[in-house]
Amino acid sequence: MSTEGVDKGRRRFLTAATTVVGAVGTGFVVAPFVISWQPSARAQAAGAPVEADISRLEPGQMMTVEWRGKPVWIVRRSEQNMKELAEIEAQLQDPESKNSGQQPAYAQNRFRSRDNNPEYVVLVGICTHLGCSPTYRPDLGAADLGGAAWRGGFFCPCHGSKFDLAGRVYTGVPAPANLEVPPYQYLSESVILVGDDGGAA
Amino acid sequence: MNSMMTQLLGWVDARFPLSKMWKEHLSEYYAPKNFNFWYFFGSLALLVLVIQIVTGIFLTMSYKPDGDLAFGSVEFIMRDVEWGWLIRYMHTTGASAFFAVVYLHMFRGMMYGSYKAPRELIWIFGCLIFLVLMAEAFFGYLLPWGQMSYWGAQVIVNLFQAVPFVGEPLSVWIRGDYVISDASLNRFFALHVIALPIVLLGLVVAHIIALHEVGSNNPDGVEIKKHKGPDGKPLDGIPFHPYYTVKDIVGVVVFLMIFSVVMFFAPEMGGFFIEAPNFIPADPLKTPEHIAPVWYFTPYYAILRAVPSIAGSAFPGVAAMGAAVIILFFLPWLDRSPVKSIRYRGLCFKVLLFLFVANFIMLGYLGAMPSTPGKTLLAQIGTVYYFAYFFALAIIPKFEKTKPVPERVTS
Repeated sequence: MSTEGVDKGRRRFLTAATTVVGAVGTGFVVAPFVISWQPSARAQAAGAPVEADISRLEPGQMMTVEWRGKPVWIVRRSEQNMKELAEIEAQLQDPESKNSGQQPAYAQNRFRSRDNNPEYVVLVGICTHLGCSPTYRPDLGAADLGGAAWRGGFFCPCHGSKFDLAGRVYTGVPAPANLEVPPYQYLSESVILVGDDGGAA
Repeated sequence: MNSMMTQLLGWVDARFPLSKMWKEHLSEYYAPKNFNFWYFFGSLALLVLVIQIVTGIFLTMSYKPDGDLAFGSVEFIMRDVEWGWLIRYMHTTGASAFFAVVYLHMFRGMMYGSYKAPRELIWIFGCLIFLVLMAEAFFGYLLPWGQMSYWGAQVIVNLFQAVPFVGEPLSVWIRGDYVISDASLNRFFALHVIALPIVLLGLVVAHIIALHEVGSNNPDGVEIKKHKGPDGKPLDGIPFHPYYTVKDIVGVVVFLMIFSVVMFFAPEMGGFFIEAPNFIPADPLKTPEHIAPVWYFTPYYAILRAVPSIAGSAFPGVAAMGAAVIILFFLPWLDRSPVKSIRYRGLCFKVLLFLFVANFIMLGYLGAMPSTPGKTLLAQIGTVYYFAYFFALAIIPKFEKTKPVPERVTS
């Protein structure tokens, strides 16, 4: 092949321009494939709010409802539990729920519940460490959870994280944050709507 | 008849380099004559790859990658498909065998310095194979859609959530949902049966081409190409075929005996190959009592758990686990000793390597057990040693007393 009379500058420019146009085109083709991995419209629609009937929940009991495929716990705490939530605060990482990503503003208090009903707490039952679902351990003074110091709460079997009955994480465990409080509202005295707080947040 | 075959071969050779490839990779590929036991595992890995591909193809014929049907379809394979139990157990045992063989193959490389110049690229292709194999095993483990499949995947995908800033959207993007769901199962299936096997095959070909370009290392760590006879063939080399093909067949027979014993008599291997909670269908609302990965991931899982979260982020542990795999890629440049084989290296190298293996096994044990403060401390010591080994290799050549390396292979 003869290279006589070749304008190298022009050739280089054309090669570079073609490469850039090709790269842009490739980018446009790749985008749909990458974006196709996002949750589908159906998966997004499945995130609809769910109702929970709490009329038969006794103090100390917990019920689980499913929202967005995740377990959501509703716990009704006894008077003693409520008192003890204040007493154990020295052992907690974030007793005042300052980490605002973990709950709506109305649940940013000691009980992590709505003011009108502090007995009930609503929590997403997914450990903030690596997403296991902790176990409900209301048994006071459980020997395997630190004996007399254990005032009830949640224990994650995967990596040993502990949370109190308001979903607040203890210090010295792998989980970095309190359990998440989902948006919710009371539709009546005995019905909670999980996943929608009517824009109250 | 014979002349017809010769004619046919000539016809093919004019159109495709069949004879040339046969010679280059088998009949005239000269391998050192002093290969020992440790040189079985490369060909065995190839054998297991074939087993996995063949059994995998047959499993997909009855398996349903659907959140509602997957668990049932695996049980269907086990109970109703003719010989389905055998094909599935061959695949599950194959997965564990793959890692066992690959770990031994990697240990061989570390022992005889097979990663050193001029074989750095062989080592890097090998590390990439290891990485893809881990991904392949992880995606495959979700498919039976049992409790351990589900929660194992949940934990591993949540590792990406720990990545600063982009973690949350990244993990949603990987799952295709807010939790592990049918969408995740379906895409993991696609990756497990199509995408990664293709990548794996390509890497294996690259690994072997690179090997046949520079020639095999050997237990003495000397280059046989330095001493060639008048015919241009290495004096210490013998043709791969028939010498090593026959030798490898012996290895294959022994390997298949062990493989069959496991497959027929202990396919679950006491919960290490198939974990008990995986006989319960996936339940997104309930985590099993104790989540542990399958045995071949436990050393890296122990490293993940050993590193505490810093400033409310689990990222350091995730980064340490990733670094534990990535550091393997740099081994050819970290080890600065000019001596390849353990036979001619100083006592300090032998001790370091022995401790590395013992430490790796210890981490594997710790990763399989529930964590306690004592075990966590042990895992932390193990993690430090795991990384220290690689950096020690850069330092010890400064004072290491090596023995003279012979010119030609011994024995």
